Amino acid sequence: MMTFQEIKKSLLTALWFMFLTFPIMVIKVNTIEKTIEWRWWRMAGIGLGIFFLSFLWRYLIRRKEAGKKKAEIAGEETMPLAQRLLSNPRFYMPGMVATIVMVVAFPFVFSLYQTNIMITALIYVVVGLGLNIVVGLAGLLDLGYVAFYAVGAYSYALLNVHYGVTFWMALPIGAALGFLFGILLGFPVLRLRGDYLAIVTLGFGEIIRLVLENWNAFSFGPSGIANIPKPGLFGLDLNLHQSTIFIYFLMIGLALMTIFVVRRLQDSRIGRAWIALREDEVACQAMGIDKTRTKLSAFALGATWAGMGGVVFAAKTTFINPTSFTIWESIIILCVVVLGGMGSILGVIVGALILILLPEYLRTFSEFRMLIFGVILVMMMVFRPGGIISDVRRTYKFEGLGRKAKDRSE
Amino acid sequence: MDYFLELFLGGLTRGSIYALIALGYTMVYGIIELINFAHGEIYMIGAFTGLIVISVLTLLGWNTVAIIVIASLVAMIYSAAYGFTIEKIAYKPLRGSQRLSALISAIGMSLFLQNYVLLAQTSNFLPFPNLVPDFKFMQPFENIVRSTEIVIYVITALVMVFLTFLIKFTRMGKAMRAVAQDRDMAMLVGVDVNRVISFTFIIGSSIAALGGVLVSSHIGQVNYYVGFIAGIKAFVAAVLGGIGSMPGAVLGSLVLGWTESFFTGYISSDYEDVFAFIFLVLILIFRPAGILGRSDTDKV
Repeated sequence: MMTFQEIKKSLLTALWFMFLTFPIMVIKVNTIEKTIEWRWWRMAGIGLGIFFLSFLWRYLIRRKEAGKKKAEIAGEETMPLAQRLLSNPRFYMPGMVATIVMVVAFPFVFSLYQTNIMITALIYVVVGLGLNIVVGLAGLLDLGYVAFYAVGAYSYALLNVHYGVTFWMALPIGAALGFLFGILLGFPVLRLRGDYLAIVTLGFGEIIRLVLENWNAFSFGPSGIANIPKPGLFGLDLNLHQSTIFIYFLMIGLALMTIFVVRRLQDSRIGRAWIALREDEVACQAMGIDKTRTKLSAFALGATWAGMGGVVFAAKTTFINPTSFTIWESIIILCVVVLGGMGSILGVIVGALILILLPEYLRTFSEFRMLIFGVILVMMMVFRPGGIISDVRRTYKFEGLGRKAKDRSE
Repeated sequence: MDYFLELFLGGLTRGSIYALIALGYTMVYGIIELINFAHGEIYMIGAFTGLIVISVLTLLGWNTVAIIVIASLVAMIYSAAYGFTIEKIAYKPLRGSQRLSALISAIGMSLFLQNYVLLAQTSNFLPFPNLVPDFKFMQPFENIVRSTEIVIYVITALVMVFLTFLIKFTRMGKAMRAVAQDRDMAMLVGVDVNRVISFTFIIGSSIAALGGVLVSSHIGQVNYYVGFIAGIKAFVAAVLGGIGSMPGAVLGSLVLGWTESFFTGYISSDYEDVFAFIFLVLILIFRPAGILGRSDTDKV
């Protein structure tokens, strides 16, 4: 493995990256004091880092290619480890029990701070599962997803300010408004091809944010809305601790409902239509699937969950302003789905927990958070497009004839 | 009338700037059908590299003309190197896989580059010196159009002439057209597809860097986020003109520049970015192929 050729290649790569990162990483000009700071140690670090990373990179590329060839010969995809463990009842039942115990005990064992982080993670689970319908199942890249999240949050905040609407009333209203906006925005753009759709949804997301920022009379502008009430429980007086625990269990309930609905949707007629559409649009239309309607339903259903998540977000933070709803928020949610595994429910849950909990506990790395998200998006696409826990494709094999018949689901 | 002329020339400047970025978008899209989200970031890196070179040389006490030329050249070389490397890392391994994957990879790259510059340099707006001297012959028009703007027009025009020549009359240009038409067929007749794609990224990126240096010098400041909005606007321009078509990209940029300029001048400046996005949505809905683009059907 460690032949001379390999080392030479890595050395050249390291030199190339040292050259590439030279001006931006090494030189820092102080325009006020008119001094230049040369940070040579950074260059050495990059050279060394890239030298070793390039071995890893080539090893992973080789492995990926070997894997592809093997899959071609075997003619089917092998089940990933996580799925095998899950489908085995010996592991499934104890795992399930342990998870339930942990989930129930969590807010009583850990501090308020940790419960709050967990609530954030659960909001991302719900919203991520919603985006999973759009991106994972239907294969529509929606970069303006956070717009619907904003719709939900603002509908609760504004209705509360003007009409005193409570959380429990706002939850269905937020969901309904999310759905409505999904249809309104989706209808004109869903005829477009995949990559245009990404840009247009990005545009819509920004439009909604900019409107919220500039239309002061309607949305209170950049200063946002404060003092949004937390959800009530039958008029009981809850202190801060109790209400946080209450929101936690509320989010668990919402997450469970989402999982249930998405699972049922996935196996339903429309869910299979989404997956088929993702795989091949033309063939799908030839089979008699109404393209626009199917896409629109995915888009609107995804938006519904974002709307609901937004309502909870507003109630949890008790303060919202347009900066919570930038395009990068959409990309974090996208990252959750991509890391976990597009189309896989368990994957999205794991992805959300990793991406939201890890940065909170690794505080020293928090400034690198977005940088790492970028790396994750690229690396996952290059090496593991299916995500950590990839979706298992249901395959129906057609046996009996001599030739290999590999049919995808539907 | 003066106000109209001012807006007209302002729109022309905007349009030229968009054109310099949009050309790279459209070239890459024409060849590998990928929206290179990181293109705006390449433009930003070009501007930053230019600024660093300018600052260093100014402190060393070089004369202005040499500084401009060297800074632009270094910025172009570095941006080209970044474009080349990005393609090798984030796009090449994904050739042949689903379009969605490449697009997500491009978004990741864009996010990475933004934060890379943010962490390695600064999150503040840095002042960018205006390097273009005030020309003598421009004095009568000074209140309408600045010297920097004249330089931007001239350079944009030169770049367009150069690109047209490159694509129409050189061997590499022919190879690029061949790859854009049919990659497999081009490969069969002996075109080195990898080289053509790398070349396209290099050319597109260096043009973006040129734009980055010029625009920053015109606006007077730069930060790590400038590439994002500029990239989106340039993409709107490329789509407006018909993505994949080079004259289309220029035409689209000019149309977008003028409409934006007149809109903000006569109606409202609060919603400038909203306007560009609404424009994009309307084009895509009513004429997805753009002004000069061909509409094509999906191949099975």
